[in-house]
Amino acid sequence: MLKVRVVKRRDGFMLDANFEAPTPGVVALFGRSGCGKTTTINIISGLLAADEARIELDGEALEDTPPERRRIGYVFQDGRLFPHMSVLRNLRYGMTRAANAVQRDHASPTGHQRIELEAIVSLLGLERLLQRRPNQLSGGERQRVSLGRALLSQPRLLLLDEPLAALDAARRDEVLPYLERLRDHLSIPMVYVSHQFDEVLRLATHVVLMDAGRVLAQGALNEVSLVPALRDIVGADSVGAVLDGMVTAVDAAGSMADLRVGTGVLSVGVRGVGVGERVRVQLLARDIILAVEAPRGLSVRNELRGVVVALVDDAEDAVLVTVDVGGASVLSRVTRTAVAALGLTPGTGVWVLVKAVSTRGHAFRVGRTATGG
Amino acid sequence: MPRGRSPGCAGTDAPACAGPNAPGRGHPAAARVGARGAPCLRYIGACTPVIIRATVRPAVKLKPTPRTVTMHLSPAELDALRLSLEVAARSVLFSLPLAVVVAWLLTRGRFAGRWLLDALVHLPLVLPPVAIGYVLLLLFGNHGPIGGWLHHHFGIQLAFTTAGAALATAVMAFPLMVRAIRLSLENVDPGLEAAARTLGAKPLDRFVTITLPLMLPGLIAGAVTAFAAGLGEFGAVITFAANVPGVTRTIPLALYTAIQSPGGDDQALRLAILSFALGLIGLLLAEILARRARSLVGR
Repeated sequence: MLKVRVVKRRDGFMLDANFEAPTPGVVALFGRSGCGKTTTINIISGLLAADEARIELDGEALEDTPPERRRIGYVFQDGRLFPHMSVLRNLRYGMTRAANAVQRDHASPTGHQRIELEAIVSLLGLERLLQRRPNQLSGGERQRVSLGRALLSQPRLLLLDEPLAALDAARRDEVLPYLERLRDHLSIPMVYVSHQFDEVLRLATHVVLMDAGRVLAQGALNEVSLVPALRDIVGADSVGAVLDGMVTAVDAAGSMADLRVGTGVLSVGVRGVGVGERVRVQLLARDIILAVEAPRGLSVRNELRGVVVALVDDAEDAVLVTVDVGGASVLSRVTRTAVAALGLTPGTGVWVLVKAVSTRGHAFRVGRTATGG
Repeated sequence: MPRGRSPGCAGTDAPACAGPNAPGRGHPAAARVGARGAPCLRYIGACTPVIIRATVRPAVKLKPTPRTVTMHLSPAELDALRLSLEVAARSVLFSLPLAVVVAWLLTRGRFAGRWLLDALVHLPLVLPPVAIGYVLLLLFGNHGPIGGWLHHHFGIQLAFTTAGAALATAVMAFPLMVRAIRLSLENVDPGLEAAARTLGAKPLDRFVTITLPLMLPGLIAGAVTAFAAGLGEFGAVITFAANVPGVTRTIPLALYTAIQSPGGDDQALRLAILSFALGLIGLLLAEILARRARSLVGR
C-alpha cells in the first residue's frame, strides 16, 4: 500500500493532497496542468520540501530519508539524460550506486528481484542505442533510456512525470507499449502523472483525480470514470464509463473481442488480444443509446440489460444517466426531452445499446492477470 | 596612479633592483622592506632616480627607417619566456580550485555576504594593478600578517619570489576566471543534478560526476584566459615581486626594462613579437579546447 499525505503552501497556491493506492500497480495522478500533480510527486521523491509530508510505502515511512537514499526512481518529463555520458553510462549511473549502497549497508534483500541491465535493455529495446550520446537520440528513445536508467537504480517506487508530454503523437505511440510492458512485467509500484486521459486509460490501475491542489476523487478507474467532476477536466466529449472485462472470445479476423462485463457480454473493437486476457474499454457517454423496450432489427451488436441508478444534469439540454448493468456501471448522455419521453427515473429498467465499432481505439489490453480494479 | 607609470625598476643598471648574486632573498629593497614597517615607500624611493631618467628620455624612439630584427632569443629573453610561462601556469593551478569554489558560492550559495564576496572578487578588475600589488605586499610581505605567519611557520617567502609573482598574477586574473566558470555553472541544468540525486548520488558525487564535467568548457575557457592574461601581468607583479632577472622578470617586465635601457630596442621588439605570438597561440588553443570540451559534454 502506498499512502501519501502532502501539504504545501506556495504564493497563492495551496496543495493539500491525501491518497492511498494498492501496490504494486500504477497510480495515475490525473488533472489539469498546474493542479499540483508534479508538486506532489516532487515531494514524494524528496526533491521538494513540503510543509507537511507523510509518505508510507508498504508500511515504511520515507519522508525523513534524503532523496538520494529513498530509492525512488524518477522519470522526468524532459528525460534529463546526462549529456556528457553515453546511453550505457547513463543506464549504469543509478545501477552502480544502488549496488554500492547494498554492499555498504549489508542490507540487501528488499524482497524484490534485482533488475538486470540486460533485462532492461531488451525490455525497452535499447540494444542499438547503448554507445550513443543523448543528443543523438530521438525524443522517444530518450524517454525509453530515461525509464531504463530509473529502473536500474533498483527503485522500490517509480515516479513518472508526464513522460510522454514532450513527444508528438507518433513518438507517444512508440513509447506507450513499453510503459505497458513495464507495468505487466515488473512488480514496481508506479505513480504516473498525466493530464491525458487516454494514457491513464491505458496504464493506470488506480486513479487519483486532482484539481486546484486537492484530491477530488480516487479509486479504481471504473469508479473514478463515473465522477461528474471529471467532465470539467477531460471535456464533455471524453466522458464515459470505463469497464474492465475478461476476453471470452475473439472473432476470426482478430479485430473484435467479446468481454465478460458484469453479467453481460460486450463486443468491442480491439486487436491483438487472446482469450483469458483482461481488456479495458471506455464507453463514451455520447455513443451510448438507451431503450426502454427490447429493440429489434438494429445493427447494434451490444445490448446490455440494466437499471437506471442516477440522473445528473450535464449541460443545458442534456442529462448524464448512470445505468447499472449487473455489477458494472455505464454512462449515457441523452437529451432532456428524451428523458421526459422515455420517463427515465432511478429504477427504470433499460437496454443499453453500444455500437461495437464505436469502441475501437478506446479498448486496450491491460494485462494477463487480474490486477487492481 | 596610471598603469603605465608603475614604480618599475627600469634599466638593468639600476643597482637597487637587480640582485643577480642572490635573486629574491638577497634583494636590497626586499631587505629594507623586511626591516621597516612601511615598506613600499622605501622601495619606491630606491627606484626614484630610474623613474626620473625614464621621464627625461622618451621610452619609445620612433625610427623612420625600417630595420630587421632577428628572432634569435638571448638567454635573458628565454629566461623571461620561461618565467612568464611558469608564473602564469602556477597562478592558474593555484587559483583554479579556489575559483571553482567561489563561482559555486556566487551562483548557488545563499548566504548574507554574497554581494561582498562578489565585489571582492571583482575588485582587481577596477583597481590599479599597482594598488593590488601594494596590498599584497602589506599582507604577504615577510612582516605582513599572512606573509609573516607563512615565513615563521613554513619558511615560505612570497614577496620578491617567483611564487609571489604567481600569487600577484593569480589575484589579477581571478575575476576573469571566476566569471568564465560562473557563466558555465549557470548553464548547468540543476535538473540534471536533481536527476542524479534520485539515482542515489550524494552531494560530492553529484558535483564530481555531473556538475564538474558539464562545467568543463567554462573551466577551460577560464583557465586559458587567466593563463593568457597571466603572461602579461605587469603592475601587480612588479610591485609585489619586483623586477628580479631570472626570478620575477617575466616578458612584460623584461619588455619594460628593454624599453628603458639604451640600445634595448631590438630586444623590446623581439619580446613584443613574442607576446603577440603567445597571445595568438593561447587564443587558438582556447578555441580548440573549448570545442573539444563542448562536444564532450554533448552540446
